[in-house]
Amino acid sequence: MKDHETLSERLAEQGISRRAFLKFCTALASLMALPPESAAAMAQALAKSLRPSVIWLSFQECTGCTESLTRSYTPTLESLIFDMISLDYHHTLQAASGFAAEKSREDAMKNFYGKYLLVVDGSIPINGGGVYSTIAGRTNLDLLQETAKGAAAIIAVGTCSSFGGIPNARPNPTGAVAVSDIVRDKPIVNISGCPPIPSVITGVLAHYLTFGTLPDLDDLNRPRSYYGTTIHDRCYRRPFYDQGKFAKTFDDEGAKNGWCLFELGCKGPTTHNACATTKWNGGTSFPIESGHGCLGCSEPHFWDAGSFYTPLSAPVVNIEATTLGAAIAGAGVAVAMSSLDRNKIHRAQQAHEIMSVKDL
Amino acid sequence: MNQHALLFFLRGQGLKFAVIVFTFGLIYRLLHPVLLGRKKNLAAPRGGEWGPGMRTIWHRSLFPVRLTPRGHFIIIAGYIFHLGFLITLLFLSQHIELVKNTFGIYWPALPPGAISIAAVLSIAALAALFVHRITDPVKRLISDFQDYLVWVLTLLPLLTGLALDMAADYQRMLIVHIISVELLLIAIPFTKLAHMLTTFSSRWYNGAIAGYKGVKA
Repeated sequence: MKDHETLSERLAEQGISRRAFLKFCTALASLMALPPESAAAMAQALAKSLRPSVIWLSFQECTGCTESLTRSYTPTLESLIFDMISLDYHHTLQAASGFAAEKSREDAMKNFYGKYLLVVDGSIPINGGGVYSTIAGRTNLDLLQETAKGAAAIIAVGTCSSFGGIPNARPNPTGAVAVSDIVRDKPIVNISGCPPIPSVITGVLAHYLTFGTLPDLDDLNRPRSYYGTTIHDRCYRRPFYDQGKFAKTFDDEGAKNGWCLFELGCKGPTTHNACATTKWNGGTSFPIESGHGCLGCSEPHFWDAGSFYTPLSAPVVNIEATTLGAAIAGAGVAVAMSSLDRNKIHRAQQAHEIMSVKDL
Repeated sequence: MNQHALLFFLRGQGLKFAVIVFTFGLIYRLLHPVLLGRKKNLAAPRGGEWGPGMRTIWHRSLFPVRLTPRGHFIIIAGYIFHLGFLITLLFLSQHIELVKNTFGIYWPALPPGAISIAAVLSIAALAALFVHRITDPVKRLISDFQDYLVWVLTLLPLLTGLALDMAADYQRMLIVHIISVELLLIAIPFTKLAHMLTTFSSRWYNGAIAGYKGVKA
């Protein structure tokens, strides 16, 4: 594919009609909560835009994020992403290997310095100088620092690159950190999730191509249009929560009736993501619809936030022994102190002197 | 520290600390005066101590009939506050889950609507008692900083709990709610709030003294 081709030329080559493209833009604009007029503006801007160079670096990760993006459903909004961008470097998807692969990254960096988008999935290990994950003999840390220098913006795809994710879970032997812990002088968008929803990645790219800016972000640098509400807010089981109808086990009557999974540990109330509205597998369902509570995978430290099956209102540590210990200690100290105080009273009584007439 | 880390701390070590202070302090406050003992009563007993003591605990929980209108107001508002607070504390399913996950025991929950009504009534009673405290000259004179502090500490868990499902940010409100509860737990042994246990021991003592003398408490 020629890099200077516009998207409309590329789509025409593939036989994709303008109507289908407009539908794609309308869906994206609607997903991103943009006003209806912006669908046309988006279509116009995208059609004219030159495909920006994208360098995709995969670090300490499981490839789930790439799987999520590429193996969603067809025909996909996500498949169009590869028509909108020029993916110049991606381990899993590129044909080149070895020196040729690294050269394509270096070429893209040189040719589009200051203009290319850097997508990162996976966390970056920094312990031991970053030796726990290397590519072509170079540490992830080194590669990220070098590639980030010429990037226009960085998109951290997945919870690992956004917040450290599973490699960052205690005791974090590799010292895994997020992109934002290392790169501080570039705009970063965190598209968290384990994996993230594919259309969120597409949406952010489309927004960048249309408006030349990154979308409005929340305090964790996630696009507000997707992470603005919680799973709980948009959950179809929310009415059961409000009525106090909870499944107590995964196979009781409540579970069969589709009642709220709060008591089975659902983290929906504290998880910001678009799963409940965008859904997965072509809009088929999302985890709660399949009968399992939300794990909170798009939030920082979700792996270390206690058991997935502990309700949010319950403690994450065992306080039974603590309570018993504190009660015994309290009783013990009360016995000791009351004994001391009794002695004090006794000594004070002993010290009393009997007054005689002589004293008067 | 981000919100998630803070929530994790509050559900973990923060709660542990609050529970240690609460349990240790309350047991100490209850047992210390009991173990200190009393001066030997040399008078011949005219009745038992245990029976009248227990009866007094029960009697003083009942509604006293002969009261002035002001007395009625204080007693009724007091009842509404305490009952509303206890219903909210003990019968909200999320609270029962906490006990179930900690001690393994549980009981049926009340519907959230009933809990909300109990919490609102409890808050209204607290507000009415506050107005009474600052408008009644005698009450105002005998109130000190601690009276206002415990009022705030008691009100906050009710307010933040009620606001939880209405809040734009559930997690932030949950954090505030748990902080308010943990502050209350820590404050109880050091303040008048220790009456949650000592009220029973002192009632018993009053009844026991009367019983020993052979009079009605």
